[in-house]
Parts: sequence; C-alpha cells; structure tokens
Amino acid sequence: MYIAWGLRILILGLDGAGKTTILYRLQIGEVVTTKPTIGFNVETLSYKNLKLNVWDLGGQTSIRPYWRCYYADTAAVIFVVDSTDKDRMQTAAQELHLMLQEEELQDAALLVFANKQDQPGALSASEVSKELNLAELKDRSWSIVASSAIKGEGITEGLDWLIDVIKDEQM
Amino acid sequence: MSTKTYKKFENAGPGDLPDKMTVYQDCMTTFNESPVNAKRCRILISRLLHLISNGVTFPENEATALFFSISKLFQHQNDALRQTVYLAIKELSGMSEDVLMATSSIMKDVQNGSDLVKPNAIRALTYVLDESTAFSAERLLKSAVVSKHPAISSAALCTAYNLLPVSEATVKRFANEAQEGITDLKQFPSSSYDEGSSLLVGEFYPNSTYMAQYHAIGLIYQLKKGDKMAILKLASHLSENNVLKNQLAKVQVVKLIEDLVNRDPQLFREFQNVLSYWLSSKFEAVQIEVAKLITGLAMRQQRLVSPDLFAICITTMQSLLSVPRVSTRFAVLRILNRIAMVSPERIALCNPELESLINDPNRNISTYAITILLKTGNASNIQTLIARISRFIHDVSDDFKIIIIDAVRTLSLNFPQEWKGIVKFLMDVLKNSEGGFKFKNSIVEAIMDIVSFVPESKELVLENLCDFIEDCEFNEILVRILHLLGKEGPYTSNPSLYVRHIYNRVVLENSIIRSAAVVSLAKFALTKNDPTLKESIVSLLKSISNDKDDEVRDRATIALKLIEFGEKRDDSVANDLIEAKYFYDLPSLESKLNDYLQTNDDQFKTAFDSSAIRRFTEDEVKAIELKRKQEQAFQNTSEKSSAETAAKKGKTETRADNDTFAGASIGEHEEELLSAKYAEELLAIEQFKDYGKLINSSAAVSLTETEAEFVVTGIKHIFKDNIVLQFNITNTLPSVALDNVSVTCTQDDAESSGLEELFTLPIARLLPTEEGACYVSYQKQDELVVGGFMNNLVFTTLDVDTETNEPYPGDEGFQDEYEIDSLYITAGDYITGSFVGNFDAAFDQLPAEETAVFNIQESLSLQEVVDRVVQNSNCLPLNNTQFAPSDANSHVLKLYGKSVLNGKKVALLVKMISSSKGIALKVQGKSEDAELCSDLVNGLM
Repeated sequence: MYIAWGLRILILGLDGAGKTTILYRLQIGEVVTTKPTIGFNVETLSYKNLKLNVWDLGGQTSIRPYWRCYYADTAAVIFVVDSTDKDRMQTAAQELHLMLQEEELQDAALLVFANKQDQPGALSASEVSKELNLAELKDRSWSIVASSAIKGEGITEGLDWLIDVIKDEQM
Repeated sequence: MSTKTYKKFENAGPGDLPDKMTVYQDCMTTFNESPVNAKRCRILISRLLHLISNGVTFPENEATALFFSISKLFQHQNDALRQTVYLAIKELSGMSEDVLMATSSIMKDVQNGSDLVKPNAIRALTYVLDESTAFSAERLLKSAVVSKHPAISSAALCTAYNLLPVSEATVKRFANEAQEGITDLKQFPSSSYDEGSSLLVGEFYPNSTYMAQYHAIGLIYQLKKGDKMAILKLASHLSENNVLKNQLAKVQVVKLIEDLVNRDPQLFREFQNVLSYWLSSKFEAVQIEVAKLITGLAMRQQRLVSPDLFAICITTMQSLLSVPRVSTRFAVLRILNRIAMVSPERIALCNPELESLINDPNRNISTYAITILLKTGNASNIQTLIARISRFIHDVSDDFKIIIIDAVRTLSLNFPQEWKGIVKFLMDVLKNSEGGFKFKNSIVEAIMDIVSFVPESKELVLENLCDFIEDCEFNEILVRILHLLGKEGPYTSNPSLYVRHIYNRVVLENSIIRSAAVVSLAKFALTKNDPTLKESIVSLLKSISNDKDDEVRDRATIALKLIEFGEKRDDSVANDLIEAKYFYDLPSLESKLNDYLQTNDDQFKTAFDSSAIRRFTEDEVKAIELKRKQEQAFQNTSEKSSAETAAKKGKTETRADNDTFAGASIGEHEEELLSAKYAEELLAIEQFKDYGKLINSSAAVSLTETEAEFVVTGIKHIFKDNIVLQFNITNTLPSVALDNVSVTCTQDDAESSGLEELFTLPIARLLPTEEGACYVSYQKQDELVVGGFMNNLVFTTLDVDTETNEPYPGDEGFQDEYEIDSLYITAGDYITGSFVGNFDAAFDQLPAEETAVFNIQESLSLQEVVDRVVQNSNCLPLNNTQFAPSDANSHVLKLYGKSVLNGKKVALLVKMISSSKGIALKVQGKSEDAELCSDLVNGLM
C-alpha cells in the first residue's frame, strides 16, 4: 500500500546518536558535518528501486515530545543508539519502549542501529540489545545491527533487512 | 472579539470569508496526505492566510495541529509551495509555541535552497529562533549578508535586525559585514549571466532598488546608537559622495542626522550643506524628511537655521503640495500643521495651495488643510475662514467634523477676542447640523471652554444653550449643560430666566435629566441670596418631591433640607456639598487612598485624613487646564522627537511587529507623578517630618550635561520655615561605585541671604547605573528668601567587581570632587501659575508696582527670551502671548500667578524689543505683595 509513492521511515534516538549522519550517508553516500537538529530533516531517497521518505527527528530532550506528531502512516522506525554512551542506555530504552506503545506505530517494523562501532569501548550489538530489552518485544518484526555511520558499515545491511520485512508484510 | 474581527463585520459580509472549520479540516486532511499535492496545498494555505489576515484566530491546540501538518510539507521540494509554507509559519508563530520544530528544515533551505526560497527562508528564521538557538544561525546569516544577491542580503539584514532583542551578541559578530553592505551596490543577477541556457531567468528580475542599503543602515544604527561618535562618522560618510542610491536609505540617513542634531544642535552646521542639497532630491520622501528636520529644528533652535534655508524648505513643501502622490501631500500637510501650531505666520506663503486643497478628493487631506488654515488665521481673516467652513462642514463625516471643531476650539483659545463669531458658528453647527453624540459633545466641550476662559461670553452662550436643550436628544449632553447652567447661571444678571428653562426639563424629560435639573435648581437657591427666587425654587422643589422616580425625589428632598439648613444657620456645609470650592489633586488623592487601604492596622477605625492632599481652587484648576492645553499644542511640535525615540526603544525591546508609542499626554502625566513621588520620598524622611506641609517644589533642573559621568538634577522644596535642596545623582560609570555621596553647597552671599545650613543627608552607596537622592536642608529667617548656591559633588570612588556588582572587599577608595552647575532660588519658586479671564483689568487693580529694565546681550531669539521668562517666573502666560511671532521684533508677554505662601496675586507685563544690540526688556510687575513683586521683577533675568 505504501510502495506506490514511497515508504515513510522515521529515524529516532537520543541526541548525538548519529541520526542525521545516517540520513545523509543514505542520501548522498558521504559523511556531512552536522550540528544538533532543532526540529527535523526530511529527505526523499531511492533505495533498490524503492522511493523512501526518510524523516530524521531531533533527539534533544526538548524535541522528543514532538516525535509523536510525526508517527502517522509510518512503515518503519530506525532507532539509533550511541553504543559508547553506557550512562544513557536506560534513557534510550525508556524512550524506545514508550514510543513503541503508540497506537499509530503498532504495525511499524523496528530496526535498531548499535551505532559508533568505530569508537573504542563500544558495546556490541547483543549487549545493546540486552540493555534495550529488545527480547521483550512481541508482535513486531525487529532487528538490531551493529553500525558505524562514519565508516559506512552496517547501514546497508540494516536497511536491506528492513526493506525485506516491509515487502513481506505489506505486499 | 478582537478589533480586527470587529472590523471584519463592519466592512464585509461574512459571506466573503471561507468557513473557518472547513478550511481547518481541509488543511488537516490534505497536508497529511501522501503524496503531497503541491498545488492543492498552496491553495489551502492561501485560504488559511486569508482567514488569519482577516483576524480569525485558532485556539492553541488547533494552531499547533495546523503547524505540524504544515511542517510535513517540507518533504516536498516545490519552491512555490515552500514559499507559502514560510508565510504560514510566520502567521502561526504567534499562535503556536512549537514553531521551533521547523528550525532545522529552514536552515537547510537557507544553506541549500534555490535563490527563490532563500530570502523567504531567511526571513522565516526570525520567527523560529530564540535565545538558545540564535547562535546556531550565525554562520548562515553572515554568509547571507555578504551574498551578491540583493534579496538574500536584504532578508538577512532584516532578520538580524529582528533578532537584536533575542540575541544581540550573535548579530554583533557580523556587524562588519553589515557595514560593508551599506556601500556595496548589489544588482540582481543579470540575464547575460547565463546566456547559454534556454530560459533567461534574469529577465524576470526588476532593476535593483538597492534596498539592502536601507536595511543595512537600519541594522548598523541599532547596533551603534549608544555611541554618538560612531553614528556621527556613519552619517558623515553616508552623506558624502553620492554613495546612497536607495531613497529609503537616504531618508534613514536624514533621520540619523536628526538624531545627532537632537543630541547636539551644534552638529547641524556640519550637515547643513548636504541637507540643503538633498532638499532638491529627486525623491519626494527625501525632500519631505529634510524639510521636516530643518523646520523642526528651526522651531526649537531658531538661531541655527538661517531664514534663507527655512524659506527654501517652505517653498519646497509648497511645490510638494500639488504633486499627484496623495501620501506626499499628506506628509507635507503634517509638517506644515506642526509649524502652524507655533508660528503660523511662517507658512502663510502656502495659503493659496492650502485653500485649493480644501476641495481635495481625499478627505484626510481636505480636513488637514482646513485645520491648518484655521491655525494660520489671524484676527482679520477668522471671519472669512469660519464662513468658509460653515459651508463645508455639513458635507463631511462626523470624524472630520470633530477634527474641525477641535481646530475651532484652539482658535477660540488663541483669539479670545473673536469669541462672538466663533460662538455663533458653534451654536449654528450645534443646532442645525446632523451628527452623532461624539460630534455634538465635542461642540459642547468647545463651547464650555469658551465659557470658562472668556468670561464675557457667558450670558450669550448660556442663553443659546438654553435654546438648544429644548430640543436635544442626547442625555449626556443635556446633563452636562444643566450642570453648567447650575454652576454659572446664578451669577448672571437674570438668573430666573435659566430657572424657567431648567424647570421645563423637569416637566418634560426622563428621570436622568430630571435629577440633574433638580441639582441645578438647588444651586440657584443656595448660591443666590435672593429671597423671592429662593421661595419659588423651594415651591418647585416641593412639587418635584412627589416625582415618581426615586432618585429625583431623593435629590429634591436633600436639596430642600440643605436650603432649610442654610437658612437656619449660616453654615457652609450645604455650599461645600453642592458647589465645591476646591478640587483634590487626583493623582495624590489616589496614592494616599491606596496607602490608607494598605496600612490598615486598626480595621479603619482612624478616619482617612484628607488634609494632606493638595487641593486646588477653581482658578488654579483653570490655570492647570489652560497650561495643559497650551502644552498639548506645543508638545505636538517639540516632544515629537522624544516620542519617536521612545517608539524606537520599544521596537528593540519587543519584536519589530509590536508597536509601542508613548504619547505626549502620558509623558506629561508621568512628570506629575514624578514630582508627587519626589515629594512623597522627601516627606517620608524622618529628619523632615517636623517641617510641616510642603508648600512648593520646583521642576527638576539639570546641573550637568546629560552625557556627563555623573548626571545630576536639582529640585528646590519650599517649606514654611525651611528650604530643602534635593540632588538626584545618577552614576553612569560602568565599573565604579560611589560611597558617601553628598553635595556641598556654598551660598553666593552667605551673610545676608537669611539662610542657615542645617544638615546634609548623603547617599551611602551608588552602584553603577544607580540613581539616588541627596538632600541639603536650610533654615529660613524670612518667609521669602532668594539666593544662589555653588555646588560640588563630593564622594569616594571604589572599583566594582563586575562579577558580583559589589566593590572589592578592603578597597578604601579615594575621595574625589566634581563641580556641577549652580542652583538658584528665585522669587519664581514661591509662585505658581494662576488664571484670570481679564488680564488687563486684573493688572490695573493690583496695588503694589515695580518696574525693571533688562538688556540681554546674548544672541537669543524673542521666543527663547519668552521661554526663559515664563520658566523663571513660574507664572502662567495668558492671552496666548507665550508664542512670539518669529518675524516681529517686538513682543508683549502677559503673565499671571500667585504666591504659594499667602495666595497673593501677581501680574507681569513684559515688553521686549529686539535690535542689533540684543534684546531690551521692560518688566512691569503688579502685585498684592510688594516684596514678592520686587524680588520677582528684579530677579527675573
């Protein structure tokens, strides 16, 4: 149903997780210098003959309450976690589960990027998965992928999985 | 309902606007649709904007929902849609708090958008940035300011200007780029630029207007306005070499020069050449602005403007009166009107043009032209003018009629001797013209003014008003007239005539008017000692006490009791109650009552003490009113600049769309409140408690330049046996505190002055930018003491730690002195203005006489001498003599006042003649108090 005009995908996560960097990595294939997103960035991009409508919402505490204004008609959520930020892993988990309870996101697939794997001391994907209690999720297609937006590792793998799931579920 | 929606109902039928809820629903569904239909969204947004611009508002939750759905349109890259989205964000920013969510998307457009949307994106930044996010736009704005594209550069400068109150620090970081923007002449991209391409984009651009120059000057002025030298440099640089191409930029520079000249009039010479050159500019707006500056300055500082230059201004304006552009004609009329308030004879040249403008199709212009003509009128042509208006007034709408009536009213104050013609005209309009309440009321007010300031007009006016109330449809006006009849009627030659007219109202009218008529009748019985009249009024009142209305009956009964009361004992209770002999000073009454309510310790067992409140007798009230009216006329001309700076100030403090205006009347009221505040502070000080009642306080006198390190003003307070000098000191130094600040006053002539210094109350500490008051107290030997004081400010300076805003601990500081101007106590300080209807008769009747002659060598104009005499004497100028005609070389000033100590009257007749050697003054004073008279006359200059 969404495929005709493009899939609507949200990128969410705490501030400084690397959401904007992932968005532009996907769009132009390069690393751009970013500053904290006040509001959102929206880009349309083509991926494997599909049109994707990707919304990157700012992660600062003051902006998180506005996420819900953009939930409607979302096919998938990409949740980005800074794997080195152990102190705020619990906050990230809370925000994630809070978001997934929303009625409008019941049918959305979830892809978690355990980002910043290039940094020393980064938790592995399975460690992040544990911290985020992903195993608890029921009735939802989800996956976690270790990534480094700077190096461009893991991004396409994650997205490939996401596209497959959406195609399966919705076509 | 907001005024805007109200207006909507007045101007257009509701059918002209789309339904609010339909538009809202359509917007919500369409904007959230995917894919975005750009064309349909654009149409919907324009419908939404149409609603908002007509005053329709949305509750916050709906506005927020609208904003979020509109923000989703950022996913579509259509430039035209994006532009309407920016307009919608601008409008919704006032209703929804959440517009910051658009920040990143807007910044992306500023960076990467097409030239078409960039300016809109930059302007939209104004509405989404706040203190915490402004810095993130710094680099974007800086590069936009230096853009070669004039629209982008202009947009960035405007946004920077509007961000000043939000984050001045951010804007300051690209002040240099903005400054360069003034002289950088930016062209729109030309069509030859991309000749190769099939579509020549540049063809659609207009010629550049160089508007960015104007925006850059506006921004730079706001950044530097505190620094006089920087503004001076800017103005001189911009007025040279023809660097400015934009007309608004030129107008702006003229305003800069005006600001400078207001701060330091001597700077005018420096700019005289460029101003007279710009007076013949090809832009009408520039000509007007220059003419406004020069004539405005000429009103205040006559010597600085040569008669030739002034004459050129007038001829320039004269020719602008017949240009096709309506706004130009209107602007010129406004300037001419200002001049006409003070020296109407100087614009007589324009009278033929003004007369032809009476028939201008634009009503604003025709009305203005008439009011100016009325001001330029003199004793000889008033009658013709009034005849002309009589023909005209019935054809215009009420609003214009009111303006005309106001002008006629001023005329009557200026030419009291012409009252007959004016009263005839007003009565004619009152009785024969159609019009609403406001209009009729303004006529009645004008007539009442004439009655109170021109006593000889009383009987004729009252008789005419009696005729008028026979057939008047407005209760309020009838009540006012009945009050006036009751107040003035008993003192006329034939009171019973009015009694009959008033009683007719009792028989014929409704209860409101009947009650007013009862009070009015009672006054005749109480104030007129005529037994037959009293008897007939008593019988009238007795019959009224059976009236079917409660209020009317009550009033009649009370009135009868009072009359009875007055017969038995010679008691003034009745008189005081029904006819007040004095009026309370309302601001001080209000503040005292507030105090009383707040300091309620004993459940209001102590009654309110009204004796401490200033009271005015009737002639004092009249003096205050006349003075206020004179000042109103004058303030429109001279205080304009201060109102303008206030407006500018308001602009930087709030966002630019928020206009605040400090009108002249507010400033005047503040001055009164300020003096009441000073008096209150003074009386609250323990040491002054036993000095008794404060008899008089002078206005604040500046004792330093307003730009000095310490700004000092002095106020003289007079008590029965004491004099207190108050010095208000402001510390303008940013990092120095002053300790133990006092003023040492040395009397010019200590032995014979009759003043003995008692003590000084210093200020303990003045931190930077603080203001404080220090007092010096004297004992008076005689009632009336005059003398001068040489003053020195004495203090200890301490360096202040800017972190804590406190002096460094352990700093002992060092003693310093600072010389300030002398302060003089003159006879004028014992005088307050007073009103008398017939000055010449009053002058002849006063017993004591004193004459003095002064020669003034300084080169002053007659007007400046008049101002100085009025100020020094503290008397009220009468018969409109406070304005010296600018083309005459002699003038007679009439002043009237009374002593604040004993209420004795004093009248001054000042004849002045100016010649090449200076100005000669002959002052004739007459008074009931010989000592006061002699002190006043001899110490006048």
